[in-house]
Parts: sequence; C-alpha cells; structure tokens
Amino acid sequence: MQPINRMKIEFESKSVNESFARIVAAAFASQLDPTIEELADLKTAVSEAVTNAIIHGYEQQEGLIFMECILYEDSITVKITDHGVGIEDIEKARIPAFTSKPELERSGMGFSIMESFMDSLFIASEKGAGTKITMTKKFSKR
Amino acid sequence: MLEITLKRQNRVLTVYLKGELDHHAVSKVKETIDLQLVKMPLSQLILDMSAVSFMDSSGIGLIVGRYNKMKCLGGSMKIKNPGLNILKVLKMSGLSKLMEIS
Repeated sequence: MQPINRMKIEFESKSVNESFARIVAAAFASQLDPTIEELADLKTAVSEAVTNAIIHGYEQQEGLIFMECILYEDSITVKITDHGVGIEDIEKARIPAFTSKPELERSGMGFSIMESFMDSLFIASEKGAGTKITMTKKFSKR
Repeated sequence: MLEITLKRQNRVLTVYLKGELDHHAVSKVKETIDLQLVKMPLSQLILDMSAVSFMDSSGIGLIVGRYNKMKCLGGSMKIKNPGLNILKVLKMSGLSKLMEIS
C-alpha cells in the first residue's frame, strides 16, 4: 500500500506535550475524514505512547520524542520513538494492569488501551537504547 | 488546562473536573483531593466528569488511587456523568466493577 501523506515531528519529553502530540496526530488524521469515535481512539492511544516515553523511557528527565504519522487510503500508522532506557521485558509490560511504577499510581493499562483502541500495535525496544511503538488505526469508509 | 471545582456537603465531597485528564493534569487533581481527605473525614467522594473531554490511563490511575484511599478511610467513591469516550476507557479498565458509575 502506498502512503498518501506523511509527517514527522520531534518534541521535548515534557508532560505538557502529551496533549500537543495527540492533537497533532488527530489533526493530521482528519484528512481521512474519520468518525469522532475513531479520532478519540487515536488520541487516547497516542497519549498513552507519549506518556510512556516521558515516564518510563526518559524517567521524567530530559529527552526527545519523535512522532511520525503516515496516512494511507483508509488508515493511519503512528510511530512514536524515544531514546530512553528501553523496556526490560516487553511481554510483561503488555500484561493488563502491570506497571513498573506503582508508586506513581500508574494503572498499567497503557499498552492494553493502545492494543484495543488501535488495529495493530508493535513494540520494539532495546535496553539502554530506547523504544519504538508502531501502531495502525483503520478508518471506516463513509 | 484542567479546572477543578470542589463542593462539600456534610461528609460528601463532589469534585467537578473540566478539561482533559492526562498524565500532565493528574498531579494537581491528586493533590487537591488528597488535601481534602486529610482535612476532614469524608464518607463519599464523587467525581463529576461531565465536562471532561479526554481521559487516558493516567485518569484510571488517579481514580484507583483515590478509591483505595477512600476505602482505607471507610468511605466510598462514585463517578458521575462520564461522556462516551471516557466511559470506554473506564469500562476497559474494569473500574465499573469497583464503583458505581452513573
């Protein structure tokens, strides 16, 4: 499938950028005329991935987060990359309600939400090198 | 920006939230509610979410944390008026089994 449009941004690992990132992704996806519910799902999944990069990837320290959005005829692929600490055990991280930071009152639902709100989710991570989340959402034809 | 308004009636505290509830916003809500919890004994905490336009799993963490505190204090907690998008996240997390959502 050929991409019809693409964009890439980078921003600092700051919690105020969580809303910035999800609004940018939703604005870009709007070109495909998704439903309000589809857009809300996309925003939630992007918010989860960016929050993970800030809290877990960079452990709330300085760092850069990269977001790439690729539009296809009827879907969007979002890639969110950090060069932070990486995930020790991806399988464990994917278990609903598992969190490595219970002291921060994290619910451990981030990956479960990304998985259920998007149509596909891939996690690539290397300890000490960073994490790349690739997720795709299909939009219904209207 | 998330706006927080508190309304206290006897031992019931209602917290009205307006805006987007994400990781960036939760710390202020957490602080505000927890301060109320130590100030005066409460029997019920009500979170009114009618004006919350966005919530992700950070909101779930906030709710579960406050629920546990209320339970420790012998009180209860309920969630009122979540919009459809918020309800979807609440249901996914299984919170509807822990507390009343109306």
